[in-house]
This record gives sequence, structure tokens and C-alpha cells, in this order.
Amino acid sequence: MKRFFLVPVLALLLSGCSSNWGWYVVNPSTKAGWTNLSFLLSGLKYTVALSLTAIVISVTLGLLVALPGLSSNRWLRGASRGYVELVRAVPILVMILWVYYGLPQLTGLTIGVFWAGVIALALSDSAFEAEIFRAGIQSIAKGQYEAAYSVSLGYGDTMRYVILPQAIRRILPALGNQLVYMLKMSSLVSVIGMQELTRKANELVVTEYRPLEIYTILVLEYLALILVVSAGVRWLERRMQTDERA
Amino acid sequence: MDTAHEAPIITFSGVSKFYGDFQVLKNIDFSARAGERIVICGPSGSGKSTLIRCINGLEAHQSGTITVDGIRLGADAASTRKVRSEVGMVFQQFNLFPHLTVIENLMLGPVRARGMSRPAARDLAMRYLNRVRIPEQAEKYPRQLSGGQQQRVAIARSLCMEPRIMLFDEPTSALDPEMINEVLDVMVELAGTGMTMIVVTHEMGFARKVADRMVFMDHGEIVEVAPPAEFFTAPKSRRCQDFLQKILNH
Ligand SMILES: Nc1ncnc2c1ncn2[C@@H]1O[C@H](COP(=O)(O)OP(=O)(O)OP(=O)(O)O)[C@@H](O)[C@H]1O
Ligand SMILES: [Mg+2]
Repeated sequence: MKRFFLVPVLALLLSGCSSNWGWYVVNPSTKAGWTNLSFLLSGLKYTVALSLTAIVISVTLGLLVALPGLSSNRWLRGASRGYVELVRAVPILVMILWVYYGLPQLTGLTIGVFWAGVIALALSDSAFEAEIFRAGIQSIAKGQYEAAYSVSLGYGDTMRYVILPQAIRRILPALGNQLVYMLKMSSLVSVIGMQELTRKANELVVTEYRPLEIYTILVLEYLALILVVSAGVRWLERRMQTDERA
Repeated sequence: MDTAHEAPIITFSGVSKFYGDFQVLKNIDFSARAGERIVICGPSGSGKSTLIRCINGLEAHQSGTITVDGIRLGADAASTRKVRSEVGMVFQQFNLFPHLTVIENLMLGPVRARGMSRPAARDLAMRYLNRVRIPEQAEKYPRQLSGGQQQRVAIARSLCMEPRIMLFDEPTSALDPEMINEVLDVMVELAGTGMTMIVVTHEMGFARKVADRMVFMDHGEIVEVAPPAEFFTAPKSRRCQDFLQKILNH
């Protein structure tokens, strides 16, 4: 496995090749170090909850935007296209600020940081999910629709039981990428005060003045999270493919 | 049995279809009675596939009327679905669902379109798998089967809808020669059950054995319709004679 060559590189980096390291700040064998470390790690559940909720919504939304984009009706296609172009053009940070500070004024409802973060991330990502779904669905041969229609399935059942199961297998790697991307982009929600990994690290840096160690831990937290996700996606891919090939 | 006075189960009257400016079907008048077996042949691009795909609404037509089992096609989505539940279709490329096992391929229509329970659909599917003589392949995936077996699964999948009409679009053209007969045998057997069959094929041995009428198409028109005995020995039109020369003497 290629990624194991990272281990010696990191070890070298962390093994005090410079006198500037001050690992005491997160040394779990001291009381203060342990408190700091668990403070940093306590952001993990928010990062995970935020990203997973957002990805579920954005995948659903992406599919709902992709389907009319494949219609033969040009108004539906236009609406889908318009959504993708508009949403894709908004930087994620701008989307977060707009949803958190702007949307409440527009709707009169106040939204907590968590849901503001979820909405902003999900909206931003949905445009990309829509494009992924569109490409995946378009890659399925016309004969599959014809066979499904010939056994009297309607459009909904054809999509649900014939087209999407095949399309999703094909786009699984791309969906996995989006989840990784989502985990990383969730760090931006720290700007509105969401207590996720990055926010925790920023707060600790302010009190401890050890940015090098604390941000290194932060890097490792994201790395660990994303390696777990990648392994999960690969496992899922393998499982779904043995289904078909055997 | 005298079927001459029965109302036709399929009627085309004055049907035309265009792709842009190109006219694929030219004012087609044609009908088939219940239980009739019709073989359609003709040169490549003559509109054979387009014609039979109009019967189950996979292609829309621009003028004229098509009536199948008393239902007029093209009126609305519901009538199209109704027609499709009466009409099975077998394709050149099989078009099995690759993500489903053989038995699941067969059960999908009965469960989702006919609202059957899964156990009942499974029984039905096994019955038709037996009929195409591959019950032992039920739990395999399509790509694990040979072409001939896949096409027989495709036939069984259509039969599970218990259709009144079966359409075949060059069902043996994508098969290796040694597998053609296992598929034709199943079709001959099906013809023996009184199923209405419309078959596009160049397998003239099959046509001779099974067809009640031969239809010859060229350039989007039905040029000649005749019983096989007459069709093969005394074709009337020049175009049909040329065509038969080519395919019978290759
Ligand atoms: N989607 C399409 N757009 C434009 N032209 C088409 C389309 N489908 C078919 N055609 C044209 O319509 C004509 C009839 O096609 P069709 O497939 O019905 O012929 P066929 O008799 O089945 O031929 P073959 O023996 O090659 O299967 C051909 O000239 C073909 O090029
Ligand atoms: Mg054809």
C-alpha cells in the first residue's frame, strides 16, 4: 500500500529534527496536555456530523437537480442547468456567510451555526453532485430503459430499480471524492463559530501559542478521518462490483 | 381455426414516422390477427426495427394511428403502459439488467408493474426459466451466461409479463452461430402455444417453419406481404426478388 510511505516521512518530521517543537502542549501523560488533546478531539464529532448530514442532503438534492436536467423538456433542462451554474459559482466561504447572516434576514428565521453550515455545504456541493449524477445516468445504455419500459415499468420504477443502481455503482468513486472534499470544506464553517476540529484548534492556539504542534495535530485529525473514509468507499466499491462480476 | 373474421390485435393505419426531414416509415397500413406469426425482413435501414418498436410505443409516430389490443397508442402515458403490459419485446442485444440476477431480472416486471407478491413472482419466473430450459441459472448474473442463455433469459423475462403479443428484433443476430438454434427452438416452441409473434429476422429457415405471413420492407415501406410458400417461391416485386437472391445465396 502506497500510503504507508507517509509514516516514516511524518515520523521524521515530528521526531524533533528541529528544536522548535513543543509537544508538551498535547502530551497526554500530563494533565494539561491531556485536557488540550481531548479539547482538540472533541471537535471530531461535529466535523463528522456536519459533513455526513450535508452529504446526505447534497446527494439527494443533486439527484433531484440532475433528473430534470436529463428530461426532453427544455424548460426543465434549463432550470437544472441554471441551478448548477449559479450554485457552482458561489465560493463555499461566501455561501456559509450568506446562509448564516443573509438567509435569516430574508426568511425571518434564525438558523443555528450547525444547520447554517449544513445548508451552505449541502447547497455548494449539490451542484457538483448533480453533474456527477448526470454523467453517471447518461453512461447507462439506452437499451436498459427500453428493456425496463418493455416490461411495463414507468419512469420512476425504471430509474429506481434499473438505471440508478447501475449509475451509482459507476459514480461511487466520484461520490467518495465529494465526501472527502466535504470533510475538508467543513473546516470553513469554523468562521461562523461552529465548534468543529478547525475551530477547536484555532481556539487552543490563541491560549497556548503553539500553532505548529496544534495545527499539526489538526492535519493528522483530517488525515485519519479521510483515510477511514477512503477505505470505506473502496470497500463499498469492491462489494458492489463482486455483486455484478463474481 | 378460422381467424379471418376476428378483429385484428394490431392495426397500423396510415402510419408515418420522421427523424427530422428523413421519413423512416411511409404511410404504413398493416394488421395482425391474434395468434398470427409474422416475420418481417428487408435490407438494413429499411425501417423494420422502427416499425416493431412503434408497436409497444418505444418509438412515437407522427401521423396515422396504431391500435394494439384495442388500445390506441400515443394518447397518453397510461395507455402506453397498458399496451406494454400486453406486449413483450426481445432485443438483438438482450438488454438484461446486469446488476440483477437472472431470477430478479424476471421478477422485476411482475412485482413492480403487475403488483405481484415476490413469492408468486418467483414461482412464475421459475416456470418460465424451465420453459426456456435454464432453471439452474436462476441465481447467476447475466454476464456469467453465454449469449444464447442470455437471450433465453430475455425471452423468459418478457413471458413473465404474460403478454398477448411478443416482438422480436433480430433476436439471433448478436449470437455465435452455435447458439442460434437454442434460441430459435425456444421461439418455435412459443409459436406452438398460439402466441401472437412479430419477428424481425433473416433466419429464413425459421420463417419457413413458423411464419403465417412474410412482410418485406424497403425504404420505410411495406413492399410485399405473402404466406411463406408464395413469398419464397414467387416474390412479386423486383426489390423483394433481389433481396431474397442476396440472403438465400450467400
Ligand atoms: N434515432 C434516429 N435518428 C435518425 N435516424 C434514425 C434513428 N434511428 C434510426 N434511424 C434511421 O432510420 C432508418 C430505419 O432504421 P431501422 O433501425 O428501423 O432499420 P432496420 O430495418 O431495423 O435496419 P437494420 O436491419 O440495420 O436493423 C435508418 O435509415 C436509420 O439510419
Ligand atoms: Mg433493426
